[in-house]
Amino acid sequence: MTDLICIVCPKGCHLQVDEENEYRVTNFGCTRGEAYGKKELTDPTRVLTSVVYIRGAAHPCCPVKTSGAVPKPQIREAMAMLKSVRLDAPVRIGDVVVSDVCSKGIDWVVTKDM
Amino acid sequence: MTLTLEYDIVVVGGGPAGLAAACAAKENGAKRVLILERDSEAGGILNQCIHNGFGLHYFKEELTGPEYASRFIKKAHQLGVEIKLDTMVLSIEGKTICAVNATEGLMEIRAGAVVLAMGCRERTRGAIAIPGDRPAGIFTAGTAQRYINVEGWMVGKRVVILGSGDIGLIMARRMTLEGAKVLACIELCPYSNGLNRNIVQCLNDYNIPLFLSHTITRIIGKHRVEQVIISEVGTDKKPIPGTEIAIDCDTVLLSVGLIPENELTRAAGIPIDSRTNGALVYENMETEVPGVFSCGNVVHVHDLVDFVTAESQRAGKAAAEYAKSTEKVESFRILSIKNGRKVNYTVPQMIRREKVDKTVDVFFRVNNVYSGGTIRVLDGITELCHFNREHLAPGEMEKITIPAVLLDKVSGDELTVELAVREEMKQ
Repeated sequence: MTDLICIVCPKGCHLQVDEENEYRVTNFGCTRGEAYGKKELTDPTRVLTSVVYIRGAAHPCCPVKTSGAVPKPQIREAMAMLKSVRLDAPVRIGDVVVSDVCSKGIDWVVTKDM
Repeated sequence: MTLTLEYDIVVVGGGPAGLAAACAAKENGAKRVLILERDSEAGGILNQCIHNGFGLHYFKEELTGPEYASRFIKKAHQLGVEIKLDTMVLSIEGKTICAVNATEGLMEIRAGAVVLAMGCRERTRGAIAIPGDRPAGIFTAGTAQRYINVEGWMVGKRVVILGSGDIGLIMARRMTLEGAKVLACIELCPYSNGLNRNIVQCLNDYNIPLFLSHTITRIIGKHRVEQVIISEVGTDKKPIPGTEIAIDCDTVLLSVGLIPENELTRAAGIPIDSRTNGALVYENMETEVPGVFSCGNVVHVHDLVDFVTAESQRAGKAAAEYAKSTEKVESFRILSIKNGRKVNYTVPQMIRREKVDKTVDVFFRVNNVYSGGTIRVLDGITELCHFNREHLAPGEMEKITIPAVLLDKVSGDELTVELAVREEMKQ
């Protein structure tokens, strides 16, 4: 049995997950939390955000995020993919900066019009 | 020569509060709406909050700060809200605003109604008086966030964070992902003021230790921070001698609270609540100066931008209605809300019965962490209504909705909001 704090929403429910019983989740407040409890112990993932350098915009940095959740063990790898990226203004929200992050069909995308 | 302008609504501040208020004013019939913003872009602090988690309540999806801001900036443009950027408001007298910018010079702007939405700034090292040397490498968490996320400068390699509010926790993760080593997060209280989910996804995910009931008692360094000394604190929050731990680091980030930025409000003679450090407001976010409204973090510090948006929309709507109405002098029955046991403050602080339609929302914070309790609304010692909660903490703003019919039952001119915890209820 593992105790988890749900990170799906700001409420932060105290979940219990039973690994020996098909990862049955108890104490959840909603179905999204129930799904999170199971996934957190079987295949934990996170949406990542960062910035990349941009030329010709009002500021030197352009914020980006992953379009989907990245497996936790691959967070460092996903972050490293941004190191060499240099954008040129203008960019729009949703523009793909790096495609197919960690071979998961997820992209790094722009989150601000610049 | 001073430029003279006239608007139905003038909003001071173009962050999430100002944008939502301006849009709501437009949507409720105000014709000419102007936002005055001192930065070079609208969106306020959301522009540097590049992490996600915004908008779950309002948009029912998880957005980053810049995405949340851009939705309101676009909406403001579509609605025809005018925004003057790089413009500093110098003073407010009644509903006349004096502002200045580099292209138009000095401006006198007459408004039908004014909305104050200036937000907060961070408490600094000076505000909490940390002893020790004064080397480089000490930043407020928000300043470090601006450097890293907007300006593109990394602020340090080995980092200690003082304070476990959400900004501190978010920066712990951000610094780690950018290659810094975050050695510890130090919290004076025996509990974190941040959201539980941020403890999990910002500290636990990256094995960053959280020292509760600890504080920094000394900063050491000649040119740059070299070491900090942390000490455990007792229940009186005073350091306990003999508990010192030395941590070698080059950077200290402070996440030790926010101060509503009310210099303009005070200078305008608008009464301030000493508990919130924001203006005293009525049920529709109007201050005690008729036609001047206030909303967002400049009134009281919110946990979520979604709540700032909701509050500011109410202020914007009320401002539009004020500007439209011809009959300005009305008499009201005013009920003041007192904070009772275990409640630190309430917003609004005053309710005008005649302005309440069906219900009135009251927001407040409790003074400690409680596992379960009952929020009671009292007329003297008589309970009008109560609300049960499973978990309460100072870091989580509470909201109760009081039906208007109950306000009619109040015998005097005062309501009390208090928290009764389970042990007391049993007695």
